[in-house]
Amino acid sequence: MSMPFYVAPEQFMKDKADFARKNIARGRPLIAATYADGILICAENTSKTLHKVSEIYDRIAFAGVGRYNEFDQLRRSGVQYADVKGFQFSREDVDARSLANLYAQHIGNVFTHEMKPLEVEILVAEVGVDSSGDQIFHILYDGSVVDEDRFSVLGGEAEAITSRMALAYTPGWSLTDALKAATAALGGPDQVLAVPDLEVALLIRTESRRAFRRIEDTETAELLGLPAEAAEVVADAGQTKPGAGGELADLPEPGAGDTPA
Amino acid sequence: MTLPLFRPEDDPGPNFLNLLRKLGQDPFAGPELGDKRAVEITHATTIAAIRYADGVVMAGDRRATAGSSIAHRAMEKVQPADRHSGVAFAGSAGIGMEMVRVFQLQLEHYEKVEGSAVSLEGKANQLSQLLKSNLAMAMQGFVVVPLFAGYDHRQKRGRIFSFDPTGGRYEETEFHADGSGGRDARTTIKLGWREGLDRNSAVELAVQALYEAADEDSATGGPDTVRGIYPTVATITIAGFERLAESDVAERFASVIAAKSRKGLSL
Repeated sequence: MSMPFYVAPEQFMKDKADFARKNIARGRPLIAATYADGILICAENTSKTLHKVSEIYDRIAFAGVGRYNEFDQLRRSGVQYADVKGFQFSREDVDARSLANLYAQHIGNVFTHEMKPLEVEILVAEVGVDSSGDQIFHILYDGSVVDEDRFSVLGGEAEAITSRMALAYTPGWSLTDALKAATAALGGPDQVLAVPDLEVALLIRTESRRAFRRIEDTETAELLGLPAEAAEVVADAGQTKPGAGGELADLPEPGAGDTPA
Repeated sequence: MTLPLFRPEDDPGPNFLNLLRKLGQDPFAGPELGDKRAVEITHATTIAAIRYADGVVMAGDRRATAGSSIAHRAMEKVQPADRHSGVAFAGSAGIGMEMVRVFQLQLEHYEKVEGSAVSLEGKANQLSQLLKSNLAMAMQGFVVVPLFAGYDHRQKRGRIFSFDPTGGRYEETEFHADGSGGRDARTTIKLGWREGLDRNSAVELAVQALYEAADEDSATGGPDTVRGIYPTVATITIAGFERLAESDVAERFASVIAAKSRKGLSL
């Protein structure tokens, strides 16, 4: 007669957390930061079509790192939730806090009850009518929510990026300063991120309704004070573009996470 | 409310109406009604769209009637559907307003879920599907007839689509007007329309058409100088949907009235 395997709950949860953390850490990072006229979200993303940052509702944006299909499913659910809520109640009743709580419940449930936790970290940001109303919620793989009022970093090397960003952060700074600091923090001391490898989006405070706007490469180059040619993708034979948000190709198959990387 | 999570085979996709249905919130699922005369139905009236050189002018009066009495004086029958298109409706006011709202949400919902906007023809087809969903109500007297116009970025011109209550969709090449005063408006536009009209003449023609419609049709509201309520006039061009300022519309109506008065026509 065979005995069923026994794994202590502590060990089981720790394994799941390690698995999620490790795979999220492989993903390319992103930064969301408040600036004078809204919220800037800047991600390292080589894909032009598979976005990490998207619009949820009038004043709410979404960003995710980790496994693309998982955070994109969360994004869709968020859009569906927000649009139905706005239809049933009113547009002003749709807020980031309740959406962040729903995400946290779902991600937390998956972490506790499913074999495989979600390998994502997501961000829900809402721009207020003035800077005191700006909200940034950072939701982790186990469903814990962190409420940030200055900036938030998601993905790989988050700690190092956070410390670099904390040094540069100035309350009420301009968009150009915020974007320069964010790209410098993402790149680190040894590398300068090329404009085509950045995905930049804003929540603009002064917009009357839909505050979300994507910043195209040419405009990003302009904001960073670079020549327009910086926005062009340099054809490099040695560099192949990873698929799906730069994430899928980096990640191992589920279950393969416990093999040393 | 909970986070809507669907399995891939159950996901309504980028369709907002299907999403509402999945969640048991179909806005057009009306119960079988008995005698429709038991309820006073408010009706909206004249709407028009005219193609010109840069795009389309859309216009509509502001009156809603219930039988022979005026139910509302400041209704907005012409509204932006999204940045580059507009929608107007004639017919049952409550259902028409709801249909416009669902339509606007549908376009925005698609854009957000899919990450790209629907083509102009796709938008017209969406509206036609909404109309079809309302067929049961239309058969009971709650008829809505919308008018859709927009700027087509692929073809670089304004396009107009008219509809019938069953969801039939017809592309109009020059102009169209609908509602109880639609016939008078169409006749007026027909006499003044020519290819390549400029913005000013197109707006003027729309104002004239609404004036004539209000002149002949009791359910169409004219310029209300006492309350300062004027018909809605908007242009849709490559720059998007832009509503004309009420003062501008007021001036244009004043000049139509002045011209008529000189001709010796009584108001």
